[in-house]
Amino acid sequence: MATEYASSGEYIKHHLQNLTLGKLPEGYERHDHHGNVEVLSESTLTFAHNAQEAKDMGFWAVNVDSMAFSIGLGILFLFLFRMAARKASTGVPAGLQNFVEWVIEFIDTSVRGSFSHKNPLVAPLALTVFMWVFLMNLMDLVPVDWLPLAGSMVGLPFLKVVPSTDPNVTFGLSLSIFVLVLFYSIKMKGAGGFFSELAFQPFPKFMFPINLLLEGVGLIAKPLSLSLRLFGNMYAGEMIFILIALMFGGSWILGLFGGVLQWAWAVFHILIITLQAFIFMTLTIVYLDMAHSEHH
Amino acid sequence: MNFNATLIGQSITFIFFVWFCMKYVWPPIMSALETRKKLIADGLAAADRGKHELELAAKKAGDNMREAKATAAEVIVQAEKRAAQMVEEAKTAAKEEGERQLAAAQANIAQETNRARESLREQVAALAVAGAEKILRREVNAQTHADLLGQLKAEL
Repeated sequence: MATEYASSGEYIKHHLQNLTLGKLPEGYERHDHHGNVEVLSESTLTFAHNAQEAKDMGFWAVNVDSMAFSIGLGILFLFLFRMAARKASTGVPAGLQNFVEWVIEFIDTSVRGSFSHKNPLVAPLALTVFMWVFLMNLMDLVPVDWLPLAGSMVGLPFLKVVPSTDPNVTFGLSLSIFVLVLFYSIKMKGAGGFFSELAFQPFPKFMFPINLLLEGVGLIAKPLSLSLRLFGNMYAGEMIFILIALMFGGSWILGLFGGVLQWAWAVFHILIITLQAFIFMTLTIVYLDMAHSEHH
Repeated sequence: MNFNATLIGQSITFIFFVWFCMKYVWPPIMSALETRKKLIADGLAAADRGKHELELAAKKAGDNMREAKATAAEVIVQAEKRAAQMVEEAKTAAKEEGERQLAAAQANIAQETNRARESLREQVAALAVAGAEKILRREVNAQTHADLLGQLKAEL
């Protein structure tokens, strides 16, 4: 499959590009593979044909693949759980309900362990974070070429199937959580309490600029590390799958070796995707717990 | 890494999912779990209680049984005693009745004897009179000698 591409570099680049829908401005020069140049006579809503175009679309563009897969997976999660919730009874659970109850009990235990306040939002939030991130990560186990190939058959130039390898997705999650952290910090401690927590420790009050700097960095680091950790892990994992997939373009011995490697990495990856989803969820709970607590 | 409106779309999606989960997924399942937990706890407690009650009942049944046995033994002893007593009483009564009947018979016999003696006396008197008549024939007038005869009769 890699043979369709001019070089393995291009193959990798192709797999790392999102399907971006956005507006290209009037007079924009589009270059295709063959070196032809097309000048747009008016601003056009279109899919980006390469990374440069995606960049030039600016902020008001949408990664259609990330959105579609993440929303689809989220709906799958909510559908399954809603079905179990509707049938939830106090009798002997079976099948899907068993699984759902197992997950919910697991989340509930985690929340009870890390979150020492009362807030009806936190447990459902943790459940959503865990299941959604897990399902998005799970897409990593689909062989890297299957869905992009299917996409290219219906005319999609790019298809990145793992939403959590898109920083937009991970930052979307972590920034939403960050907003919640700020909201609850101010709600529980008051604006003054929250500010004093940032400014009057760890050093004495008169050194508040240093305190503010330290605590500010610590505060900003929360959403940043949360999203970058997930993104980095998934991106790296996906990259390794892509590199392994490159071997299928070589001789049959290399291809066979690639197959074994892909299997091994996939097995190992099951651990990583679960772990990353768990870490994301746990840190979300911990950050919200810190937001609820007076001085740590 | 280039950021675009996907970021905002993701946030909105996320908020919607969390809201949905909080409203329609978490509460029903959690309440079912809580209710079941309570049900199981109640069931276990009831089982414990039942076991305890069973033990008590078994103990009570044993006590009752023992008591009943004791009572039965006592009743038997009393019944035996009473039976012996009754036999004794019956014996005494029979003996008394026998004695009474014997006495009555003896009295009867005595009376009969007396009566026989009386009639014998009369007959002897009559016989004596008849004998005397035969001997004296005309001389003796029964009418005139009735007093003498009566006196004789009394002496016999």
